[in-house]
Amino acid sequence: MRVDRTLKPAEASATPTPPTRLYANRVKVYPARVHGTFRTAKYAFLVFALVVYYTLPWLRWPRGEGAPDQLVLLDFAGRRFYLGPIEIWPQEIYLVTGLLILSAIGLFLVSSLFGRVWCGYACPQTVWTDLFMWIERRIEGDRNARMKLDQGPRDAAYWRKKVTKHALWLVIAFLTGGSFVLYVQDAPTAVRDIFTGEAGAWTYTFVGLLTFTTYTLAGWAREQVCTYMCPWPRFQAAMLDEQSLIVTYRAWRGEPRGKHKQGEPWEGRGDCIDCRQCVNVCPTGIDIRDGQQLECIGCGLCIDACNAVMDKIGRPRGLIALDTLADVQACERAVANTPPGPARIPVAEAAHQRMKIIRPRTMIYAGVLSLVAAVMLLALATRSVTDLSVLRDRAPVYVLLSDGSVRNAYTLKIVNKTHEARVFALHLDGLPGATLAAIGAEDVAGSTIPLAAKPDGVESHRVYVTAPVGAVLPESTTVTFRLIDASGREATRAESVFLAPRR
Amino acid sequence: MPTKIEKDALTGKLTTGHEWDGIKELNTPLPKWWLYILYATIIWSAVWALLFPSFPGLSGHFGGVLGWTKREDIAREMAAVVDARAPMFERIRSSDLEEIRRDPTLLRFATAGARQAFADNCAPCHGSGGEGRPGGFPSLIDDDWIWGGTLEDIAFTIRHGIRNAQDEEARQSQMPAYAQILSRREIEDVAEFVLSFTNRATDAEAARRGESIYAENCVACHGEQGEGVRAVGGPALNDAIWLYGGSREQIIAQIANPRMGVMPPWQGRLDEAIIRMLAVYVHTLGGGE
Repeated sequence: MRVDRTLKPAEASATPTPPTRLYANRVKVYPARVHGTFRTAKYAFLVFALVVYYTLPWLRWPRGEGAPDQLVLLDFAGRRFYLGPIEIWPQEIYLVTGLLILSAIGLFLVSSLFGRVWCGYACPQTVWTDLFMWIERRIEGDRNARMKLDQGPRDAAYWRKKVTKHALWLVIAFLTGGSFVLYVQDAPTAVRDIFTGEAGAWTYTFVGLLTFTTYTLAGWAREQVCTYMCPWPRFQAAMLDEQSLIVTYRAWRGEPRGKHKQGEPWEGRGDCIDCRQCVNVCPTGIDIRDGQQLECIGCGLCIDACNAVMDKIGRPRGLIALDTLADVQACERAVANTPPGPARIPVAEAAHQRMKIIRPRTMIYAGVLSLVAAVMLLALATRSVTDLSVLRDRAPVYVLLSDGSVRNAYTLKIVNKTHEARVFALHLDGLPGATLAAIGAEDVAGSTIPLAAKPDGVESHRVYVTAPVGAVLPESTTVTFRLIDASGREATRAESVFLAPRR
Repeated sequence: MPTKIEKDALTGKLTTGHEWDGIKELNTPLPKWWLYILYATIIWSAVWALLFPSFPGLSGHFGGVLGWTKREDIAREMAAVVDARAPMFERIRSSDLEEIRRDPTLLRFATAGARQAFADNCAPCHGSGGEGRPGGFPSLIDDDWIWGGTLEDIAFTIRHGIRNAQDEEARQSQMPAYAQILSRREIEDVAEFVLSFTNRATDAEAARRGESIYAENCVACHGEQGEGVRAVGGPALNDAIWLYGGSREQIIAQIANPRMGVMPPWQGRLDEAIIRMLAVYVHTLGGGE
């Protein structure tokens, strides 16, 4: 829908110029109650999201002795992320990066198909604001009652309602902040510690911080977070095109709008009776009839409101609808020569364009999404539970022994991601007859030596490799360290070099 | 300055009055609370500047009402570190060297601390990895020890040093300058005999002549088979490791006018705990006996 936004000079000059103000008082939004498909969907997702958020830290997932049994645990202190069967070590942080990339591209894809459903349904700001509004409505009543309350006297009833509302908000905010910290520590222990005063300063800080932000952002700031603070509304337009579903007012059907008395004919006028129900229910307080705008979070509550009105006045639903700009434009073109009124509907119906789901933009998003998902799955499937890294000594690069043989020293780091202590046999390939010895266990020197690896950790060993007496060695020999586990299989290997003096 | 504030017909909003290449901007004022947050941050910064060190002056700076300084923080943190280490130092001082080597906790503490002490005090002569340096600074990581490579031997050498005048118990040995005792020819013969320990002699006749000279002059300190005598610090001559070089010329030079290294005593300069840690650390470098 293209709107003519040019200034009309004649009108402009006719208006006296009031003083410019740089800062404005907030116009408080009083969203009215509404019923309908979108409202039900919004509540359904709200319940789902909150149930997931509040219960997830309490779900258990046994991992064996000594390991945390929390299903989802972001253990920063222990440097491990536990996501069900997946365990992420610091060096595997790319898995987390991949997860974030998946979320971002998933968001792009959903936006290009269905517009701002994230903003309208899934964003925490929306979810908690909706929950807070529901409480507000239960205590202070619907839109008109709330407006009357705010303008009315500051009597006992006023204070009782306000105090109850804010108290409930604070309780929910505290539960929200409290639940947040349960994701980074053992939930049952943390809850006990929080209430007995035993929890750490950081725990209380984060509980306080999240309590404060939840209360402020969902209770007071609300739509201002979306319009003034959030960057997403600014650039989400880049993901949308004329084939994306957005909440649209079908101007070709609604205009010219105006009041309508029962029994009057609908010919020669639009279906919009200017009842302002769409404005009243809007959580961001905008008029959807002004077209696509930054403040619209795409929740579709105005569609519910308008449909209810259309049912009441006996006009077909869908004056405000989830529609693509391409369809709106096609209909607009088709009805250009038809006078306003019910006659336009069949004409537009005939010109109706179905939304194109398959288009370059969605294909690219879906393609990148699948690619990243495939790479992540591959990384997860081939994740090893044993890693070996070999650091060669550089000062000195080799040592000459009294019998004339050459010795090199290495620091071997064995990463054992399992939860059992393991012992590996260390083998060396590439240097026949070499003797291995580990510091602290020199008496078991030989062609293969046992090396211990503690559970769920990194164990460091200094290992000496001595070439046999009289061996003729090049300056540099490539050698391979191999770790053989208890069952005789090779767990992992790592390459390095063995250096000898120049001849 | 705004030139011409107009009213937008469609939105009913006013413009800012600015115009850029025909583009006008609707005046969409920020909310008031946004402004108040700015004021709050200004007040915050003023209070902060009052409490903490802030304004520079001609001969110093305003230290802040709280009197806080980062230096004091560091001093406090350092004191805390010293306090935290104290019990471990005490355990190291009261433990036998072998106990330190056998106890994983003590060993980890000792090697970690001694690595730093070694870099500060020992590395200039013995190299950052203990590999020694050419010209008589012995390697500490091979299996050849002049004064012994057990924990106790190493600790003794660190405490008292070698051939120094400061410590009465310093390890002492003195090789005579044979240029004034033997003829040039005799020195060459002995060198030939010394080379025969490592099967490098080329002149069997000279080596045989050198054998008797060796027996008269060298056996006491270097042993009958050139195996060295640690009690007097006589280095082994029958292995592949030569402190001053193992070529014929280098051996002849060493016999004629021997060079002998000096090591200072570290007792009194380093804490007893540090000396013990260093001994254990050097022992773990690969040559410990």
